[in-house]
Amino acid sequence: MAMIEFQDVQKYYGDFHALKDINLKIEAGETVVLIGPSGSGKSTLIRTVNGLETIQEGKLIVNGQDLADRKTDINRIRKNVGMVFQHFNLYANKTVLENIMLAPRIVLHRPEDENKQVAMQLLDQVGLQSQANKLPAQLSGGQQQRIAIARSLAMKPKCLLFDEPTSALDPEMIDDVLNVMKEIATDSDMTMLVVTHEMGFAREVANRVVFMDDGRILEDDTSEKFFDGEPTNERARQFLGKIITH
Amino acid sequence: MISIFQNYGGELLYGLGQTLLCSIIALFFALIIGSGFAILEVVPNKFFRIIARIYIEVFRNIPLLVITMFFYVVIPMYIVEISGFVSGTIGLTLYSSAFIAETVRSGIQSVDPGQMEGARSTGLSFWQSMRYIVLPQAFRYVIPPLGNQFINLVKNSSVLAFVAGFDLMYQGNVIASDSLQSMSTYLCVGVLYLILTLPLSYYMRYLEKRLA
Ligand SMILES: Nc1ncnc2c1ncn2[C@@H]1O[C@H](COP(=O)(O)OP(=O)(O)O)[C@@H](O)[C@H]1O
Ligand SMILES: [Mg+2]
Repeated sequence: MAMIEFQDVQKYYGDFHALKDINLKIEAGETVVLIGPSGSGKSTLIRTVNGLETIQEGKLIVNGQDLADRKTDINRIRKNVGMVFQHFNLYANKTVLENIMLAPRIVLHRPEDENKQVAMQLLDQVGLQSQANKLPAQLSGGQQQRIAIARSLAMKPKCLLFDEPTSALDPEMIDDVLNVMKEIATDSDMTMLVVTHEMGFAREVANRVVFMDDGRILEDDTSEKFFDGEPTNERARQFLGKIITH
Repeated sequence: MISIFQNYGGELLYGLGQTLLCSIIALFFALIIGSGFAILEVVPNKFFRIIARIYIEVFRNIPLLVITMFFYVVIPMYIVEISGFVSGTIGLTLYSSAFIAETVRSGIQSVDPGQMEGARSTGLSFWQSMRYIVLPQAFRYVIPPLGNQFINLVKNSSVLAFVAGFDLMYQGNVIASDSLQSMSTYLCVGVLYLILTLPLSYYMRYLEKRLA
């Protein structure tokens, strides 16, 4: 069964048609990279998957539940679908360790000692065990983003969404974050939907690349075809040319 | 001034006590009611937001004296006998709660919306996110303006004088006409208000520094 499935989805902000006729299916365990020019609707699309934005028409099935159905408990979906934001969104009033432990404690009622053990292990995985008792503001952007990834992983989700996780970072920190993401993609059966313009990452770990423009999906290829063949769509080709020469 | 204190010390102290009592009661309830409406103003449910908006706009935009008179005159006429002190305290509570609601709401809204999204995306409900993440951060922004509201509240408690609430201002009026020494009397009253408000003012400044 697909982990995420969009069926003829339409999304409006007031009168503005932000997502048009979206059909997209992502199987469990797949890593899909979503690219497209600024304003094309990438954030909107990824945010609908965990209900941060609502859709107006169509069906959106995530982990077997239809998000358009009012009876669906959104908090239950979010337990299984983590999200990593461009600006990290770590809790400013909590230490690194508390950032990671809060949701498992409150939402999953994970016992305190186990919770701490899991959190420390995740901090180790992202290489930041020594920072456990700091506040987010005391860390660099790259460190904060790795903490944010650890926070998502602590819920043991089936699926992770990334919205431009490295685009607010200084260049020298980008690789640390990408390496953590690559590890998750290759070493676990996590489903990942990633908005990024890091084409090296896409080429290395993505199963598919999806190109959006003006609220529509214009291209949906395996990454081999996308990078080694050529995208069929003219705009996708132009866009790829632009970001790769950069 | 000294003679006023000597001759009317008991009355003044009683007034001070009533003012203090009214202020503490009103502050307590205004804080609870105000924070409640502030949160209602930011919930996803539009119906609750509208209710909160109406409450706040009504009590913020009617003079305190009018609200108080309403309770002093209208309620006893149709519902139940209440004293001037009670009607004044109710009026002051409702009036102040509207301002406190506005203050707390703006504090909540100055917390980066990403904080709420971060919390929601890990599976916390709206209320859990509010409680653990947003409100503790909003609290820091709110301390200085809330201090101002508290000081205003103490001063506004002088509305009791209009409804025979036996507060400091009321006693001042009585003493002034009895002693024929208006200036000294109101100077005394002013000093006694300062005794209530200055410590509050300094405590707020201290809190502000400590939380900064
Ligand atoms: N909350 C919103 N209200 C109104 N319009 C929005 C909102 N969020 C995004 N948009 C509009 O939707 C379009 C797609 O935005 P977005 O999904 O952020 O694009 P991308 O992430 O690809 O840059 C843009 O035109 C943007 O202005
Ligand atoms: Mg975006």
